[in-house]
Formats: sequence, structure tokens, C-alpha cells
Amino acid sequence: MPKPKQEVDDRFKKFGTVSFTAITKTNNFVGNLEQGKITGTKCKKCGLTFFPPRADCHQCFSSDMEWFEVSGTGKLRAYSKLKYGPIGFEDDLPYSIAVLDYGDYKVFGRIDKELADEEIQIGMDMKTVSNTLPNGQLNYIFQKA
Amino acid sequence: MGRVAIIGVGQTPFVRAYPGSIRELAFDGFKDCMLDAQITTKDIDASIICSAPEYDKQRSPSGVFAEYLGLTPQPTFYVESLCSSSTTGVKLAYSLIKSGLHDVVTVLGFQKMSEISSKESQERMGRGTDIQWESPFGTMMPAYYAMFAKGHMQKYGTTLEDLANIRIKASTYGQINDKAVYKKPVTMEMLTDPENPMSGPVSSPLRVGDCCANADGCSCLILASEEKAKALSKKPVWIMGIGSASAPVNMAARDNFAGLEVADLASKQAYKMAGITPKNIDVAEVHDCFTIAELMAYEGLGFAKPGEGKDLINSKETYKEGSIPVNIDGGLLSKGHPIGATGGSQVRTIVLQLRGEMGDMQVKNPEVGLVHNIGGVGLYANVLIFGRS
Repeated sequence: MPKPKQEVDDRFKKFGTVSFTAITKTNNFVGNLEQGKITGTKCKKCGLTFFPPRADCHQCFSSDMEWFEVSGTGKLRAYSKLKYGPIGFEDDLPYSIAVLDYGDYKVFGRIDKELADEEIQIGMDMKTVSNTLPNGQLNYIFQKA
Repeated sequence: MGRVAIIGVGQTPFVRAYPGSIRELAFDGFKDCMLDAQITTKDIDASIICSAPEYDKQRSPSGVFAEYLGLTPQPTFYVESLCSSSTTGVKLAYSLIKSGLHDVVTVLGFQKMSEISSKESQERMGRGTDIQWESPFGTMMPAYYAMFAKGHMQKYGTTLEDLANIRIKASTYGQINDKAVYKKPVTMEMLTDPENPMSGPVSSPLRVGDCCANADGCSCLILASEEKAKALSKKPVWIMGIGSASAPVNMAARDNFAGLEVADLASKQAYKMAGITPKNIDVAEVHDCFTIAELMAYEGLGFAKPGEGKDLINSKETYKEGSIPVNIDGGLLSKGHPIGATGGSQVRTIVLQLRGEMGDMQVKNPEVGLVHNIGGVGLYANVLIFGRS
């Protein structure tokens, strides 16, 4: 009897225009993203929250984590619009990378292309939403709140 | 335990494309250093080879170089911390000597960036950050530093003109440095004329002219214990202080977007170890991978208060004749930035300044010099302080 082929959970290959990671213990992040949810992790033992999500807590060394949803609005802390991109990202240009501050944690990502440059201001309120890229890959973007 | 000295410095010219293999590039830098030190390979107890990985195909370059440079059977190993690799090498060499394990150690930093295209190079550098959570968004070094430029502008009112003045200073000295890859002058007109390629946007607000030049190159240093330095060298330069730190790799874990915390931490350690303050520094080499990086370095090193770095450059206090001359060799902006070779080249410049051997770039009679070398986006920092006596 041939052994049944073991399923490899490589969902993380779907994250971003080009993903550089296939297998991680935080693969459920992509599963949640597919359902339109941006999620981080919270340590069940000591309560520390993480974004981006982690499988392991460096404070108490527990690996017992639960997912929480990034919700509400954050403040735009930093951004820049790229006119050149690394190899593999040419079709996305131009795009802006940014950091959104939610208080307990921050989120690094991209600003929605639909938002006009003159409307982007450091300190403005923004929300994080899931996004499907033209090549079918998934990421998340920041929109004006 | 005695002190540790630099008894030899060398580097190749930094060039767009080196016409040889990496071992041949290493040979050129090593030879320049050995001619300076006037010692033999038998005097060297160990070698530390430094570069950022994935620009060339050689895995574990230390063994290959040790053979080519005649440094076998002495121990050799490889170390990397991206753009600060070779000052990390200096810190390790210092530790090996201080521990008594070795007396004379060479630190060789190299990079042959021309092995890959400029776009591939941006991709490699972009992967010097968080490949799981940031690189999939299409990141690269200029974009990260541009976020800090925007943050600095927002917080302190810094302008593109202030940044342009940093670039103009770099070109002033790049033009007279025969090791520099970019020897052309840069003017305010070039950086403001929309028709000029130097003013072209890379990642807002940084322009082409705000970014350092990729280059191929090799730097080499020889460190020795006090006893060996006195026996082998007529002109040792002493290591007075070393500080280093790391920061969270993901920007989501950073709090300050108008300065690099790692540099602040590393410089405090280095000043404390040397027993001096920023006022005692006579000449400095700082990590100007982008114009904003030099401005933040002025503030992080205590040459200016936070937000007042622009006043230093605008009043030309960081020029050769100013109160705190910075990057009087063209810096990364004009001399070029062959990643793994950069820190060693900065140390070479400061050692030559303290020996009074920098020619047209010589600062008047410096006693104490400082090197500030950053890896990644403020991910790693090494700050080193050197003294003539």
C-alpha cells in the first residue's frame, strides 16, 4: 500500500506580490486574510499582543497563542511612495509603503492606490483592509478611515 | 590588559564593475593594507572576512581568501551584519586580541555588487529586512530611508534643500578622492532641475542624488595588541571606544521615524568606553547611505541636537574647515558603498586622518576620530572611536 501523500500547508506562498516564505506556524494569517480579516496573535499565557503575528512569545516562552483581528483605525506614522521597485514588483509601481499605529501595536503595509497623494498626511486616521493583487496574490492595504 | 591598535589600512578604488573575481578583489585590498603595515603574512594570527551575502556565488569566502592571500593555516572565519559587516569584524578582532587568543588579526571587507543587476541588488537589499512580513510588499532600502526622511521633515521641518546640501558636500570631496566611484560635482541646480537625472524621484521624498552609489570594492585593516603594535608599527592608531546595538527588524516595532535608535545607543556606549563626549571628536565618518542618514547621524552622535542637524550642514560646520568635519572622503554618497567593504573604508579614512596622511582631504591636526557604520535600516550599528595617542 502506498503511503497517503501528506498535505503540506504552504498557504503563506500567497502573501504579497512575491512571497519569500512558504511554511510558517502563522499560516492561518493567510487563511484569515482570505476571509477578509487582518489578524495578529496574542499570547494566552502573558497577554502580550503581536503584529505581525508570531507563533512564539519571547516574553514568557509560551507558544500558546490566539488570533485577534486588527480592527478600528490607526494613525499614519510613516510612508513613502516608490517610483522604482525591486525585481518582481515592477507591475505594481508606483506604490506606497507605510506604518499605521494602532496604539498597542503597529502595522506595516501598503497604502491603497486609489488614495490621491495630496490626501495622504502623517497623523491621519486609516484602516487596514484585505486586498487581492492583480496577480491573484493576497495582501492588505491602508484606506482613509 | 593592553590596548588594541590599527597598524595597517588599505582599500581598492571603489569602482562600478571590478574587472576580476572576488578573490582577486580581496588580493588588491589586502596588498594595499600590507604595503601600508609593512609586515608579512606570517605576522598575522587570524583573518576575519566580511561581506553581505548573496551578491556573489561563493559560499564561505573566508577559506578561499585565506588561501589566495597566503593566510593559511591560520584560522579564518566569515562575519556579516549587512552594511556594517566590516566594523563588526573590527569588534570581533578587538575581542580576539583583548582575550589574548591572538595578537595580530586582519579584517577584510569586500563586495562585488556588479555580479548582479541593479534591480536584483535592490531585491537583495530589500531582503535585508523582514522577508516574511515586509519584503512581500515590495520594499527596498531607499523606500525605508525615505520614510525616515519624511518623518524628519514632518517633525523638524527639514527640507529637500537641507538634504541637497549634504549631497553637495559629499561631491566636494568625492571629486578629490582617487578611490571614489563618483567623482563628478553635484550642484543645487542638478538636484532641483526636474530635467536633471539627479533630481529624479526614487522613493518620495528621496531623489537619485540622495542615494549612495553601488560599487565594487575591498577594504582591509590590521589590528594588533599594544605589545605587537609597538614592535611592528611606527604609526599605530588606538581604539578608544566601541559601541554596538540592534533594533527590531520590522518597522512595525519601531517608535522613532526621525532618527535611528541603534546609533544613539551605540554612540553612548562608545563615548562612555572612550571617556569622552561628542565635543572631543575632531573628525568623523558617518554612514551616509542616503542624505537623510547623514543628517540623522549628526543628531544621533550628539554633534547636533535632534532636529538641528540641518543647521550644521547649512553653516558648513561639517566641511573640512568646520568645527566637526564629516565624511571628508566623499562618504558613501560619492566614494561609493560596496556593502561589506564600507565600514573598513571608513576606518581607513579616520586612521589616515589621525596619521595626517589624507592629502588634500586632510583635516587640521585631529587627535580623536569617530566611525559610525549602520547595517540595514538602522538594524545594526557600530560606533568606533580612535585616538592618535
